[in-house]
Amino acid sequence: MFDDFFIRALVAGIGVAFVTGPLGCFVVWRRLSYFGDTLAHSALLGVTMALAFEINIAISIFIISSVIAIILVKLEKNTNLPGDALLGLLAHSALAVGLVVIGFLSFIRFDVMGLLFGDILAVNVDDLIIIWGGGAIILIVLKLIWKPLFASTVNYELAEAEGLNPDRAKAIFTILMAAIIAISIKIVGLLLITGMLIIPTAMARNLSDTPRKMVVYSILGGLLSVLIGLFSSLEFNTPSGPSIIAAALFLFIISLFKIKQTIQLKN
Amino acid sequence: MSEENNILVKLNNVGLLRNKKWLVKGVSLTVERGQIVTLIGPNGSGKSTTAKIAIGIHKNIEGKVEKFTNKIGYVPQKISIDWTLPLRVNDFMVLTENLSDEAINEALSLTGAEHLKHKSLGNLSGGEFQRVLLARAVSKKPELLVLDEPVQGVDFTGEIALYKLIKEISEKLNCGILLISHDLHTVMSATDFVLCLNGHVCCSGTPKDVAMNNEYKVLFGEQASQTLSIYEHKHDHTHSDDGEIKKN
Repeated sequence: MFDDFFIRALVAGIGVAFVTGPLGCFVVWRRLSYFGDTLAHSALLGVTMALAFEINIAISIFIISSVIAIILVKLEKNTNLPGDALLGLLAHSALAVGLVVIGFLSFIRFDVMGLLFGDILAVNVDDLIIIWGGGAIILIVLKLIWKPLFASTVNYELAEAEGLNPDRAKAIFTILMAAIIAISIKIVGLLLITGMLIIPTAMARNLSDTPRKMVVYSILGGLLSVLIGLFSSLEFNTPSGPSIIAAALFLFIISLFKIKQTIQLKN
Repeated sequence: MSEENNILVKLNNVGLLRNKKWLVKGVSLTVERGQIVTLIGPNGSGKSTTAKIAIGIHKNIEGKVEKFTNKIGYVPQKISIDWTLPLRVNDFMVLTENLSDEAINEALSLTGAEHLKHKSLGNLSGGEFQRVLLARAVSKKPELLVLDEPVQGVDFTGEIALYKLIKEISEKLNCGILLISHDLHTVMSATDFVLCLNGHVCCSGTPKDVAMNNEYKVLFGEQASQTLSIYEHKHDHTHSDDGEIKKN
């Protein structure tokens, strides 16, 4: 069944969409889209490490992204720079260092475009196992920390005062972010991962009045984007990642009409 | 020993140093079961800071905090809900603890907010939101309630009703309450113990003691002192109905 590259890509994309939906909601609620971008940029460094030391790409990305996240937390505590400046500093440094290292690895040939924008042809059965296995672990952990994470997203002090330990939840969530980037890089590519996290969620926000609905719609939006994107990628021979994100954008634009309707109804 | 067991939180000479400035210093207080302790003081006197130290939001502090309960209900002074988060009152009520539908309804109707249950938090007025915040804190049946200006933005009649409610809650749940307020006269009527803060503990005691205190008069002016004496006077007056000595 998984012999066909397209089936593999679909199964992989669906697996990714199930995880980016709920995580994307927290990215939007906690205003972490640039944080996601920074982790994704650092993934390039992870890829080069994987190639240099011949280890699994997903594991390598996961490790590098986690290290970058830890460095960010340390810098936030020890410098007077604003958060967005630190994010920019780390994102571009990681990207630059990654590209420099690639320059040194001239003996290895690999597809930079596929890395940046995703490549459905490259999805193999091992990737499927990582996506679905890793995705399941991410969702289970997210379910476990949901209460403290959500409460501290609404109000940190309330969560802290009432004994929910929001700092621990935040740290675990950061690791989950690194993990989702690691498992979804082959599908959407490192430049577009944040789009996969944010755009279906943005669409969901337009349609929802409760957090639960927003998570569900966000997953549905992601699934639809993957389906539409991959089929059109096959049909028009476009890169898979941009096609998925363009489909998500299309859904987002449609959802804007729904807002317009509700506003008119209210008036 | 039973008296020991009634203590919910005990602050021993605590202080908080931020950016080389003491936000508060040398504060000691205890809140016991069934007791209402009120913090008063001018802006920037460290009322909220003291409350946050008591419930463990501020760490790295001087002195010692002993907490004997984990069932805490908190109404913060400032809370802003982001519009990116679609949140109804119903969802907000179960933020830190899962509650049955009856428990949610009960708490909301207690603070007169039951009609808001399915409204979006972003659409509430300041006073309505305050009622929801109070309902949420009470709904978990906490042992210690920390209320930081719980009636801000609530209309005058509602304010009196809510203070009455706070008094009732302390009796009904037998919980300790740490209250912060600006409204001197309303608060005083229901308080067991008052701490007047101004960076340090300026004076403390029963409402009557504090009102008599000279430092308090300096801090709040003669008038504030009179506000309290008016209250105390009323108190005397009810006594005079029982045939006691009449005072003016």
